[in-house]
This record gives sequence, structure tokens and C-alpha cells, in this order.
Amino acid sequence: MAEHNEHAGHEHGAPTGFIRKYIFSLDHKVIGLQYYFLALASVFIGMLLSLLMRIHLIWPTAHIPLMGEIKPEMYLTLLTMHGTFMVFFVLTTAPQSGFGNYFLPIQIGAPDMAFPVLNMLSFWTTFVAFLVMIAAFFVEGGAPLHGWTGYAPLSAIPSAGPGETLGADLWIISIAIFCIASLMGALNFITTILDLRCKGMSLMRMPLTCWAWFITAILGLLAFGVLLSAGILLLADRNLGTSFFVPGGLVVNGTQIQHKGGSPLLWQHLFWFFGHPEVYIAILPGMGVASQLLSTFSRKPIFGYKAMVYAIVGIGVLGFFVWGHHMFMSGMSPYSAFAFSLMTMAIGVPSAIKTFNWLGTIWRGRVQFDSPMLFAVGFVSLFVSGGLSGPFLAQPLLDIYLHDTFFVVAHFHLIMGVAAIFGIFAATYYWFPKMFGRMMNEPMAQAHFWLTLIGTYAIFMPMHYEGMAARPRRYSQLTEVAWLQHLMPVEKFVTYAAFITIAAQFIFVFNLFWSMFKGQRATDNPWHSTTLEWTTATPPVHDNFGCKTPVVYHGPYEYSVPGAPNDYVMQTDPTPHGGHVPKEDKPLEAE
Amino acid sequence: MADAVVHHPSEAGAFEPPFLGAYSKKIGMWLFLLSDSLTFGALLFAYSYGRIATTNWPTPFGQHSIINASVMTACLLSSSVTMVLAVLAAGRHDRPWARNWLIATMIFGTAFIVLHAWEWNGLRAEGMTLSIFPAIPHAEATEMGKQASAVPQFAGTFFALTGMHMLHVTIGVIYLGVLAFGRKWLPVMALAAIGTFFIPAWSTFHWLTYPIIGAIVVIGIILWLKPKQYDAPDIEVGGLYWHFVDLVWMFIFPLVYLMSTRIT
Repeated sequence: MAEHNEHAGHEHGAPTGFIRKYIFSLDHKVIGLQYYFLALASVFIGMLLSLLMRIHLIWPTAHIPLMGEIKPEMYLTLLTMHGTFMVFFVLTTAPQSGFGNYFLPIQIGAPDMAFPVLNMLSFWTTFVAFLVMIAAFFVEGGAPLHGWTGYAPLSAIPSAGPGETLGADLWIISIAIFCIASLMGALNFITTILDLRCKGMSLMRMPLTCWAWFITAILGLLAFGVLLSAGILLLADRNLGTSFFVPGGLVVNGTQIQHKGGSPLLWQHLFWFFGHPEVYIAILPGMGVASQLLSTFSRKPIFGYKAMVYAIVGIGVLGFFVWGHHMFMSGMSPYSAFAFSLMTMAIGVPSAIKTFNWLGTIWRGRVQFDSPMLFAVGFVSLFVSGGLSGPFLAQPLLDIYLHDTFFVVAHFHLIMGVAAIFGIFAATYYWFPKMFGRMMNEPMAQAHFWLTLIGTYAIFMPMHYEGMAARPRRYSQLTEVAWLQHLMPVEKFVTYAAFITIAAQFIFVFNLFWSMFKGQRATDNPWHSTTLEWTTATPPVHDNFGCKTPVVYHGPYEYSVPGAPNDYVMQTDPTPHGGHVPKEDKPLEAE
Repeated sequence: MADAVVHHPSEAGAFEPPFLGAYSKKIGMWLFLLSDSLTFGALLFAYSYGRIATTNWPTPFGQHSIINASVMTACLLSSSVTMVLAVLAAGRHDRPWARNWLIATMIFGTAFIVLHAWEWNGLRAEGMTLSIFPAIPHAEATEMGKQASAVPQFAGTFFALTGMHMLHVTIGVIYLGVLAFGRKWLPVMALAAIGTFFIPAWSTFHWLTYPIIGAIVVIGIILWLKPKQYDAPDIEVGGLYWHFVDLVWMFIFPLVYLMSTRIT
């Protein structure tokens, strides 16, 4: 298709104006950074909201500056917006759209994404979604209180609560815009991987990060379309008088609702058909980063590359058949519950394959505990800790007891929240030298790691015990409840741990911005990694490889190759180095 | 190979062979259609869920509705034929005929939109409506309307499915105009965007104007950023979209209309 290149060619010289270079940029690297900083802003909003919740849980009558005392409705608003910002604008945005945008094209040897204009549009659409979501705080009635899951009928009835009027409409509109943005991003990622791999970069030579971004993009492509439909129907229920999700004869705040004939369960099905793959959208990129880092910093090839790839694919496929395990409490048929339970347990198999292969990768390696490695190991630790409570919750009998308790809060925060965030931290410390040309400060990074690791365990481990002691979730105030009094010391401990953990994050932010300008200058390949991003200039030039396309001769993780002069072989190295060539690395001509 | 990223045509061979030999735009469109089919799938799921959960689901469509819907179906099927002819003409670099067939496709598409909007208003005048829709002037509820209004899910799913499809057809007509006329289509789109403000508030189509204006703005930005003449691959990709929209109607027509025919 070279003949129609010249039409679009002129816009791909490096842009010079400030606006086209940094604001409406078509460069995937700038767009990746834009996503990253959007996520950084969002994570601080989400963190502030969680801080307010933790304060309210132990000092319910505390006077908060600018807000006063937190009312129960306000608590639900904090809960909703904390979840929404964290899930959509942090966990979906930073690992996939942020790092994926920046490093996916470089790691496969492409000059940019397949559709640069679409890429720009997807960021700015996400940004509009962000602004609309922020606006929900400031309209009359404030932000909604239906939780990030937006369960109907609470979300479908404007008279159901203070935030359920305009605020809820804005929330749904923001989510719908976010869906469209994610769809644009997802199809761009998939097309880039399918069509723009440089010569020699077969699918089975892609770094595992690329595999993770690839499968995540497929999940996003299939899942967000369904959420978009659900959002449109919910908006219609609220504004057009339909009743998809509102049952007949419902009485809300003393008034009978005119809707009839709908089913709240329909919302749960549509939402969780999106919602469960969304969990993997958040965690898979972290798995990719952990694989890359464990191999690099153990100076060993990844243990079982193919098994890792198949495990990612397996998790992605199974992820679409387990949404019912979020609905065991809805009175579903025990036969469906059994099927969903079985499928859910089956996900344990590829997850365990990944975990054991990570351990196998570190096993007897020459492990270097630099800060990226610490966070990658932390990721594995949190993934195991959070994952082990999964098989408990996958069983309908146990889930019915645990579902509305803090046990579930602990489970999903460890595995989906903190583990994914550790993936983001690991990726930040690892790729920062390439993105900004300077190293991050190592002592600050180590302090950040230990405080965050111990802090998050101190926050979320006790929550498991609270959950087993039947401490319900989503309740605003339980300080006066007699049978929960013995848990109050634990509650206080968790809040204090949250203070310390949140304070530690300021070390990270300071380190991030300080190192951007004052950090030690980085070399082109400070970690002695093998993948393509470490062959470029630092930071990479506009078209990544400077008007040429690399050629790949090796798999992504060739460390400690016997006979090689260095302990690593770059993917672009044309020599076989002592004949140590894995099976899939047969010469190009044979393919 | 993607037209957008290869800097030097001599370098087009520097990449692994593309997936199934398809160029990036085609893969992108297939992926979008995959995602869109799940969006429609979710709406059809909601429709089926409501229909199965309701014992007295109305079956009110009589001869008049079915004939009208059949004519609409014929319009869409004919537009698929003209779209194929447009793609073929573009393939043999016959720009004038590619444009003519695209215009023919747009005419059939517009006929579908007009017939559909007219039918919507007719159904609402008979009483098959949503509570938020303003009353249509000189409306008179019929037996059919009474039957339909007894089950609000009926009108809800009907308008959700056909509305979403109508949105796709409308955006499709705008998209085909871009392919046929390139940048010259910008003023027409601007006129269309302004024109939507003159659609009366009681018209059902009024509710689609917001997403349509949004789509016009996005298409306008892309046209402005990528001023180019659209060639054979572009028209083929547009054809994929148009055929998909036709295909979706082939699900909606039997599920929503034929399965709700009045049995006498």
C-alpha cells in the first residue's frame, strides 16, 4: 500500500509548534505521557477520596475543612467516585494507554501507532470523559452515590438520592465517552501489533509486555462495547422514560415509581460482562511488566515464554465466562452459579502458571534488587496474596457469607488495585530513564517501595479478618454498632496505615518530578535490557528509530547466553553468539 | 501497510507481513465492527431478556407496518448492491462511477432514514411511545398503540434498537459523503449540523441529533487533519461499515418486526 503514503506523509515530520508537539500531538510517546499524567492526577483524586473515607470510618463526626461533617450520602459519593476514578482513569489508563502507547510501538520496532490521528482523538476523548466526571462533583446534588458498578435501580431513579439527579447523568455520560475512547485505543493497539512489527519480530518474539497489551486491547475492544450499550440504556431509563432496569411497583423515598417491567438483574449481567474483563484489563499489563523485569533483573531468560503467552491468552478467554461470580448474591439458579464457579476456579490454572514461571525465572538468577525489580517482586507478592482469596470467593456458598463484607474489599484492592499500581510503579522506575533521559533517585525509590509494600499490606490484610468477622462494606458509620466494637482497634490501625502509605506516595511524586530535571543522566541502556526500546536514543526521537526500521534476530529475553561477550544479547544483534539460539529463533529466511 | 506511518515508501518492506495480508485500515474497521457487534449484541440481549421475562409481549404490527418495514429493508439491500458496485468501480480506478455508486448508496440510505423517521412518528401517533416524548399533533391512539403501551418494555426496546441502528445509518451516510466528496463535503456537513437545530422537538429524530452533531465534529476534525482524496482501500473500508449496518438490520427486522406481527 505504499502508493497512498505520500498523501499523509507530510504530517509526519517532527512537528515544531508547541500545540502540535505537546498538546494535540500525533506522536505516540507524547500521547502516552499525556495518559500517564492524566492517570497521575486521577490517582491523587482517588487517593484523597479514600483518605476522607478512612477518616470518616474512625472519626465519624470529624469536621473536614471545606466539607464539614461527612454525611452518609456523602460517604457513598466518596465511595463511588473513588472507585470510578481508580478503575477507569487510573487502572485502565496508566498501564495500558500510558505505558502501552509509549512503549508498544518501540518494542515492536514501529515508528508510531497504526492510526496516529485516532490515537490523539482517543486521548482527548478520555480527557473529555475526565472533565465530565469532575463536573459531577460540582453540579447541584453533587456526585452520584450508586457505586462504581452503578447498580440499578439506585442508578436509574433520579429521586433516589442527592447525587442521583444531574450528577448521575454526568457519571453515565462520562463512562460512555470513556468507552468510546477505550474502543478507539483498543483497535489501534491491536492493528499496530498485527501490522507494524518490524522484520524478524514474529509474534513469538514479542516481549511479554506486548503480549499483555495485545490481549488487554482485545479484552477492551470486546468489553467496552457492551458497557456502552448498558450506559445508553441506563441513560434512557433515567431520561426517556423507558424501564429496562427498573421493576414495577418500586417505592423510592415514599413515592411510587411509574416505571414497570424492567429487571435490575439485566444491568448486573450487562455491567459484569464488561466488569470482569475490566479486572484483567487492569492487571494484565502489570503481569507483562513483571515478566519483563523479573527476567531482566535476574539476568535469566523468562521461564517458559510460550507458557506465559498461552497463560495470558487463557486468562483473557476465561475472563469472558465468569461474570456471574459477581452475582452469586442475586438469587441466580444454583446451576448457573455452579458453572460460573467452575469457570472462575479454572482461571486459577493460568494464574498459577504465571506465578510459578515468575518464581522459576528468579530461581538461581543473579538477582539485582534495583527499585524496578523490587516493585516487580512486590507485584508478584501482592498478586499471590490477593489471588489466594479468589478461590474462596469463587465458591457460591462462601461468597454468600463474604460477599458484602470487607473480605471482598481486601481481595479486589490487593489484586486489582495495589498489584496493578505496583505494576505501574515498576514500569515507571524501569522506563523513566528512557522517557526522560535521567535516572530516578534510588534511595528515595527504595524508601517508597518499603513504605508502600508494608503500608498496603497493613491496610488490606486486616480487612480480610474484619470481613470474616462480618464487618459489612459500603456502610458509612459503624462506630456505634455494638457487635463491631471489638473491631474498632483494627479500623484505627488501618486508617493510620493509610496515612503512612499515602504520605509515602509523595516521596514518589517528588522523586518523579525532581529526577526529571535533576536526576543523574541516563545511558541508552542503563539496565542492560535486550528489547528494542533500549536501542533507541534517549529519549527516543520523533519516529523512534531515526528514519530506519530495526531488524530483529533474537527473542526478547536472552540473558546470560553462554559464550556471549556480554551477559545479554540485544534483539537486534545479528550474531548468534555461540550458537545458543532457542528454537523459535531460527533465521529469518526460514520463516 | 498502514499509509499513516511509513515514512519512506522504500521502507515498506521493513516490516513483518501484515495480518492476513490486510492493510491497517481494513483491520481497524473489522475490529471496530467486532466491537460494534457486541454493542448491538448487548441491546439485542436486553430486548430478548425483556421479551422472555414478559408474559403478554405485544404483537401489534399489522400489514401497514410490515409493508413499510419491508420497503425499508429493500432500500438497505439495494444500497448494499450499489455499495458493492462502488467498491468494484474504485477497484478499477474508475473514480466517476465510484462516486456515482456512492451517491446512489447515500440516496438509498437517506430513503431508509426518511421512511424510518416517518414510521417512528406514525407509531407514536398511534400511541406506541415513551413517556418523555412530547405528544404528536393530531395523534389518535389505536388498538395497536394501546396494546403496545401496556408493556413499556416494548416501545423501549423498539426505540433503543432502531434508534441505535438509525444512528449508525445516518453516520454511515455522512461517512459515505466524505468518501465521495472529500473536503468538499465539509460545508455540507456544517449545513447538516446547523439543520439539526431545525428538527422539531416532537420529532423522534430530535433525540438522535446530539450524537450526530458529535459525529460530525469528529469526522470534521479528521477531514481537517487528513486532507486527502479517498481511494479504493478507503472505499472498501467504508463498504465494510455499510454492509455491517445492513447486516444488523437483517437481525432487527425479523426479531423486532416479524416476530411481533399481529396474528389474525
